[in-house]
Amino acid sequence: MANTDFHLQFQEFEDDQGYVKSNQGSTTVTIDDPIKSRKQRKTTGTAPEEEEIDPLDSNDQTELLSGEKKSAPFWTFEFYQTLFDVDSHQVKNRIVGSILPWPGKNFVEVYLRSNPDLYGPFWICATLVFAIAISGNISSFLVHHGQPKYKYVPDFRKVTMAATAIYSYAWLVPLALWGFLTWRNRKIASLVSYSFMQIVCVYGYSLSIYIPAVILWIIPSEGLRWFSIVVALCLSGSVLVMTFWPAIRDDKPRITMAIIATIVILHVLLAVGCKACFFSTYEMDPSEDHNEPLRTTNSLSST
Amino acid sequence: MAEVEESSKPLFAGLSDISISEDIPVEGDISVPLGSQNADNDLSTLDEPVKDTILRDLRAIGQKFVHVMYPKKSSALLRDWDLWGPLILCVTLALMLQSGSADSEEDGRPQFAEVFVIIWFGSVIITLNSKLLGGTISFFQSLCVLGYCILPLTVAMIVCRIVLLGGSGIIGFAVRLIVVTASFSWSTFASTAFLADSQPANRKALVVYPVFLFYFVIGWMILTFSPSH
Repeated sequence: MANTDFHLQFQEFEDDQGYVKSNQGSTTVTIDDPIKSRKQRKTTGTAPEEEEIDPLDSNDQTELLSGEKKSAPFWTFEFYQTLFDVDSHQVKNRIVGSILPWPGKNFVEVYLRSNPDLYGPFWICATLVFAIAISGNISSFLVHHGQPKYKYVPDFRKVTMAATAIYSYAWLVPLALWGFLTWRNRKIASLVSYSFMQIVCVYGYSLSIYIPAVILWIIPSEGLRWFSIVVALCLSGSVLVMTFWPAIRDDKPRITMAIIATIVILHVLLAVGCKACFFSTYEMDPSEDHNEPLRTTNSLSST
Repeated sequence: MAEVEESSKPLFAGLSDISISEDIPVEGDISVPLGSQNADNDLSTLDEPVKDTILRDLRAIGQKFVHVMYPKKSSALLRDWDLWGPLILCVTLALMLQSGSADSEEDGRPQFAEVFVIIWFGSVIITLNSKLLGGTISFFQSLCVLGYCILPLTVAMIVCRIVLLGGSGIIGFAVRLIVVTASFSWSTFASTAFLADSQPANRKALVVYPVFLFYFVIGWMILTFSPSH
């Protein structure tokens, strides 16, 4: 008797789940369900333990459902809340994952899945902006310290410049890449396709390695700076390439190579451009500023 | 609920174990201070002298300053927010960060508008961030807390200007560094004491980090301030 009873309940539960899955976005089921179960519990008799379990139960269900449906339109507050739906340890894991590339580990598949966040990209960019401005300022102070006519000024315009550069890189490049990938996906059916937010998230986290690198640049030694640039580029560049490789693998080899080269060159340009703009050296010549990034990329690729 | 427990304790002894029944008066408590304050004020404000009105508001601001300086976990800063204190602190800080002659275009110092915008825009962004992460605090409460917690940094700015009067040597810089570091950590500590409770436990670090960055940048602006001669 007890056995059949259990069986029947199990069947009902299965039905419910199927119903929820079949029409996603119907919130009535999620609201109804806990109430129903609470009513059932009340009829069977209320014990204090059960009352305490109940909120946990409904929390579990709402969490599961919010993972399934993401249908809030982009002008609502809820839409942005889904983009900030991360915990501290998740953000920490994502930062570590973007710093340490592991062969065969796709950043999107391992860390992001269907839950890309905007928290990491936004605050990593903000930190990078202020790190560049502040450490550039300190390094120029250290370089010109002994000179008699030098007067220290906190150059505040660098914050604006750095913010423009970093945020436009972190948004425009993913936008272009997303547009290109969507266009290619129309022509060649690729198994892997990334959403715009996933690409933004990958790019935002890939900038995190630059923060310690930029702080290292305070030390006015060219060798150390180039060394940290190369290390940072290798780490974050390989994360980017490995992440986007599955999405473009099935394309023509020429286009694949072009995309990879563009991703890497833009990444190099950002690092070298920041170094040239914000960190003064002893032998810096202002007239050569514009040619600097191109020449250095050539020398980098030849080495 | 209390009557039931008093009258028939042996019968409903198990009910006292239920935590929910004790939560209900706490929920109701939110509206209580508003009501009691209205009862205090609404009759007397009509015919009181203007001086009293202003003094009462000033006293409220002063009490909040005291709360920031002694950040014990009270909700006084959260309960009735105002933006007067943040405005006063922000304008003071921005004015003090101006050097005597800000006429040269090549001067890279933060201008009044830049300081003003960084403080207000920064606190709005931090507030939005904590709301998006699922904080239970209201928008203006958070703005109020973040604004009032600039107080230690404003004090540090005053100290820095006094130290700078004596010249800017190594010792002067060391004193400024210590003062700014202390006030920066004070600001961060005070604001997190007020704000962190409104967050889920596993997201506290995510909320505290932007606050840390915000006060760090303001502290940096104060530390690097040097008057033009």
